[in-house]
Amino acid sequence: MTAPPSTRSVVATILAKDLRVELRTLQSVPSMVLFSTTIYVIFRFGLDRTRLDGALAAGVLLVTILFAALLAINRLFVAEREQGGFEAIRLAPVDGTALFFAKAGALLVYLLALELVALPVFWLFFLDGGSGLLPLLPVLVLLDLALAVTGALISPIATNSTARDLIGPLILLPLLVPPMIAASAAGQRLLEAGGPSYDRYGTWLGVLGLYDLIFLLVGWAVFDYLIED
Amino acid sequence: MPEAASEPALRAASLSVAYGERWALREVDIVLDRGRTLAVIGPNGAGKSTLLRVLATLLRPTEGSVAVLGCELPREAWRLRGRIGYLGHSALLYRDLSASENLRFHARLFGLPGEGTERIRELLEVVGLAHRAGTRVGEMSAGMVQRLAVCRALLHEPELLVLDEPLANLDPAAAESVAPLFGPAPGRTRLLVTHDVEAALAGSDRVLALRRDGGVAFARDSATIAPEEARAIYADAPVAVRR
Repeated sequence: MTAPPSTRSVVATILAKDLRVELRTLQSVPSMVLFSTTIYVIFRFGLDRTRLDGALAAGVLLVTILFAALLAINRLFVAEREQGGFEAIRLAPVDGTALFFAKAGALLVYLLALELVALPVFWLFFLDGGSGLLPLLPVLVLLDLALAVTGALISPIATNSTARDLIGPLILLPLLVPPMIAASAAGQRLLEAGGPSYDRYGTWLGVLGLYDLIFLLVGWAVFDYLIED
Repeated sequence: MPEAASEPALRAASLSVAYGERWALREVDIVLDRGRTLAVIGPNGAGKSTLLRVLATLLRPTEGSVAVLGCELPREAWRLRGRIGYLGHSALLYRDLSASENLRFHARLFGLPGEGTERIRELLEVVGLAHRAGTRVGEMSAGMVQRLAVCRALLHEPELLVLDEPLANLDPAAAESVAPLFGPAPGRTRLLVTHDVEAALAGSDRVLALRRDGGVAFARDSATIAPEEARAIYADAPVAVRR
C-alpha cells in the first residue's frame, strides 16, 4: 500500500481541478461579474445618483459582492454531488477537510477575480476619487476570506438538500452579518467624500481576521461530518 | 493495528438499512473469507447496491453489525480508506475533465507514485481508451465512461473490489477486454453485483441472493446452487416493503 498523500497536496489537487474546470466551463466567475455590473447599473439608475460616498457607497459595493458570492456558493459543490466527488474523497486515504480548504480556496480565487473587474467598474460608476480604494483592499480580502470559508462550510449542507437555492442563503446570510458589519464600518470611513478616514480601521480588520480564523477552525473541525452520508 | 489477517474479509450480522420509512435491506448475515469472491444477485430494488454502498463505507447501516477487512463499520471506516476499489452506478468521474485528467486526479488522491502515470497508461491501453485519453468524459459514450470508471476503481490496486454491475453498458468486445482486469487474483477479495446468473455462479465462491423485499433468499457456496434456483429469485412476486 502506498503512503497516503499529505493534506496539503490533496488541497492543491482539488483546487487545481476546480480552477481547471472553471477555466474550461466559465460557470461561476463570468456570471458573478455580469451580475455585479448589472447591479451597479440598477443602483445608478435606481438611486438616481452618479456619485456615492460613505455608508451608501460601502453598502452598494459590499452587498453587491455578497450577492455575487452567493451565485458561486450555490454552485460550489454541485459537481461533487452530481459527479461523485464526495464519494471519491471518502474512498481515498485523505482527510475530508482537504475538500473544505480547497473549496474555500477556489471561492476566494473567484471573489478576487470578480473584484478585479467589479472594483474598477464601481469606481467608474460611483466614485469621485480613488484614494479610499487602496486601503479598502485589505478589508475586501478579509471579507472575501469570510465569504469563502463560510460558503465552503454551508454549501455542502445546501447542496445535499432538495431546496439548495433556498437553504444556502437562509443559513449563510445570518452567519455573514458580523463580517458584513465590520467591512461596512471600515468601508464607509474609507469612502467618505472628503477622503479616507482611518478611525478604528485596525479594529475592524481585527474583527474580520478573527471571524475568518474562527470559521476556518470550525470548518476544520466539522467538515468531515458534513460530508458523511 | 487491531486488524488480524485471519479476520474474514467481510462479516455482516443482521445488517439492515432503511431510507426513511422504507427498508432497503433486512437482516443480512454473510461471511466471506479473504481472497474469495461473493456474487450478489436479486431483482431490481432488492437492496444489492445499498449493500455494496454500506460495504464500501459510503452508507451507514441502520441496524446490525458489519466488519470489512477487519474494520468495524462505521466506526473504523477511516481505516478502510484507500483499500477499496468501488464501482457503483455513478462513475465518479468529472464530466469536464479528460479521461487522463480524471485518472490523474484520483491517482493523486490515492498518493500513487509518479502520479500513477505508468499505471494510467497501462489501464487505458487495456480498456482500449489510450487514443481517447484527452477526450472529456462529458463527450464520451456510456460504454467508454464505464470502461474509464473500471480503470478508476482499479487504479490503486485495492485489496477489496466492490463492483456493482461492472459490465453494464459494455458491448461483448469491450466486456471481454475489461473483465480480466477485475478477475480473481491472489489476495484480492471481490464483491460483485450482477444480473447474469450463470456468470455469478461460475465466477464466484459464494452467492448472496436477495429477495425483492431486501431479505436474504439464500447465501451459500456457489457450487451448491443450481442455476434454476438462482433464477427463481427473479420470479418472486413483489411484496410490501414496510417492516
